Amino acid sequence: MSVATQSQGQGGGGETPLLSVRDLRVTFEIRPRNAWPWTPSRRLRAVGGVSFDLAPGEVLGVVGESGSGKSTLARAIVGTVPAEGLIRFDGEDIARLSPEGRRARRRDIQMVFQDPLAALNPRMTVGEIVAEPLLTHFPRTPRAEVRRRVGEILERVGLLPSMINRYPHEFSGGQCQRIGIARALILRPRLLICDEPVSALDVSVQAQVVNLLRELRRDMGLAMIFIAHDLSVVRHVSDRILVMYLGRLMEIAPARALVAEPRHPYTQALIASVPIPDPVLERARTHPVLEGDLPSPLAPPSGCVFRTRCPKAREACAAEVPPAFEVGPAHRAACLFWDEPTPAFGRAAGAVAAAAEGAA
Amino acid sequence: MALTEPTVEAIVHREPPRGRSLWVDARRRFLRNRAATVSLVVLVLIALFAFFGQFLTPYDRATVDFSLIGINAQQGYPSLETRRYFGTDMEGRDLYARTVQGTRLSLMIGIVGSLVAVVVGTLYGAIAGYVGGRVDGVMMRIVDILLSIPFMFVLILLLVMFGRSLLMLFIGIGLISWLPMARIARGQTLSIKNKEFVEAAIATGVRPLTIILRHIVPNLAGVVIVYATLLIPEMIIYESFISFLGLGVQEPNTSLGALISRGAAQLGNGVPWQLGFPLFFFVTMLFAFYFVGDGLRDAIDPKDR
Repeated sequence: MSVATQSQGQGGGGETPLLSVRDLRVTFEIRPRNAWPWTPSRRLRAVGGVSFDLAPGEVLGVVGESGSGKSTLARAIVGTVPAEGLIRFDGEDIARLSPEGRRARRRDIQMVFQDPLAALNPRMTVGEIVAEPLLTHFPRTPRAEVRRRVGEILERVGLLPSMINRYPHEFSGGQCQRIGIARALILRPRLLICDEPVSALDVSVQAQVVNLLRELRRDMGLAMIFIAHDLSVVRHVSDRILVMYLGRLMEIAPARALVAEPRHPYTQALIASVPIPDPVLERARTHPVLEGDLPSPLAPPSGCVFRTRCPKAREACAAEVPPAFEVGPAHRAACLFWDEPTPAFGRAAGAVAAAAEGAA
Repeated sequence: MALTEPTVEAIVHREPPRGRSLWVDARRRFLRNRAATVSLVVLVLIALFAFFGQFLTPYDRATVDFSLIGINAQQGYPSLETRRYFGTDMEGRDLYARTVQGTRLSLMIGIVGSLVAVVVGTLYGAIAGYVGGRVDGVMMRIVDILLSIPFMFVLILLLVMFGRSLLMLFIGIGLISWLPMARIARGQTLSIKNKEFVEAAIATGVRPLTIILRHIVPNLAGVVIVYATLLIPEMIIYESFISFLGLGVQEPNTSLGALISRGAAQLGNGVPWQLGFPLFFFVTMLFAFYFVGDGLRDAIDPKDR
């Protein structure tokens, strides 16, 4: 994988990145129910201080459980939620562009959504949906040209050009996702953000869509940010993987290194929970269970946000937010004790094992 | 049978097949609803009657037949021979011509009120809902304030102050009709604007006004059309009530409400047709509008039943 090695070099700061994100923060104001107009809003920090670079043509996977801020991160980059911090695309700080400049920039960054049917306007035909970005940025394109390009891109994503007069509800989930991909690609963007593009699909269709995305990336030289909560899918498509927890970056590393030697206890727990597609092996291994639930993002723990569920947690973890340590080539982990071995996942795992033995 | 097999090229170069849009689906469901379909036919007939009925009679609505005054009950009854199809009214004017004109006016009042509601109410509500925040708050409070004014009272005051005119009536009806529509449109917009296709449009860089017109409004259309259809009879009733009070249109123009009012006053004088014919058209029309509205609701949003 030449791209993977290239991206490893990039992580050290080689060529200029396509996208450079520094200390990105997204905060939502939550109005308490039945509040008076003068009661202060509560602040929900959905993303807190995430930084990374993305090289042209590179695929960055983002994983994390529900509520970890992955989708918000994507929306901040696309620009549908307001964000603080620096988002530099192609050397240009897009957060500081005028609305008009930003609108023009959007051509280069497109998005594929999680729910394939909900992402398509039910009152528009497939042709109109796919042509919309083209006509938005180049309103004077002649009709024949629009039709030719729509047909071309539909064919490219594995649909028939003769489907342009159909409506979204006449298609299956996988086909709808292909329509969504066609819409995202018709302007030949340089960065494609896929927000859980396969989570809503059947497993067999998932594989088709993932493979389609891989092909498109290869043929069009797309850079991608691929979000999923399923590490096994992300590992399959990504050059590098970023792990998020409660809006913070936990670990970022080349895909192979992250899976082979995860440094952050949260990543270790994630990898240990990936199911093995073999019933014998699957039953034999002990599942390290993360104790407790995701804390509320309205009141995140002080210091390291993962410490409430971390087997390695100590007093020092509560004191300050751990910086991302350079733990290997292009490998960063936000854990104070990354170089210490992680104890087995505590009492919970032991209890499960004991219960299993007792039952047998 | 000399059926020629279509070649591959022929298939490939064929016009792309038309899809089944949600509207086509809705039409099919609507036509399967018998009560609604019949009501629609009735409405079309009433509309034809209102706009072309005048051509069937030699009389006009304003000419007074002095020979009939006072002997209405004996001479002015409905008859095909004298071509007084619906008889005459108290002043000896042709009731058929007057009913045609009254029905036309009532229909127009209903449709104008409804159109104002659709255009103003939908856009107002969609903009308030889409923009959200403070703008939404201010815009909807304005609607609340206007809604809390007793409109029948204001309308009557307007008619008394500025004189009774058709224009004033249209303005008055137009002023009230859009308020509930704005609320409905805003509520629907709030749920639509969080759909991913709207986000996709924002991410693509579509302008806010285009998003409202292209993505929000067409998806509001179902609810709006249903509500507009049910609003027409409401507007007709408003107008009839005003006319019944004697504040509506001015002679020689008339409306169903005015006709019913005068017919009711003559109820003891042996001229039941003076009440019967206008009332028949009034009731039939409202009935048909309500059935069509219900049919549309079931057809456009089958989940809502």
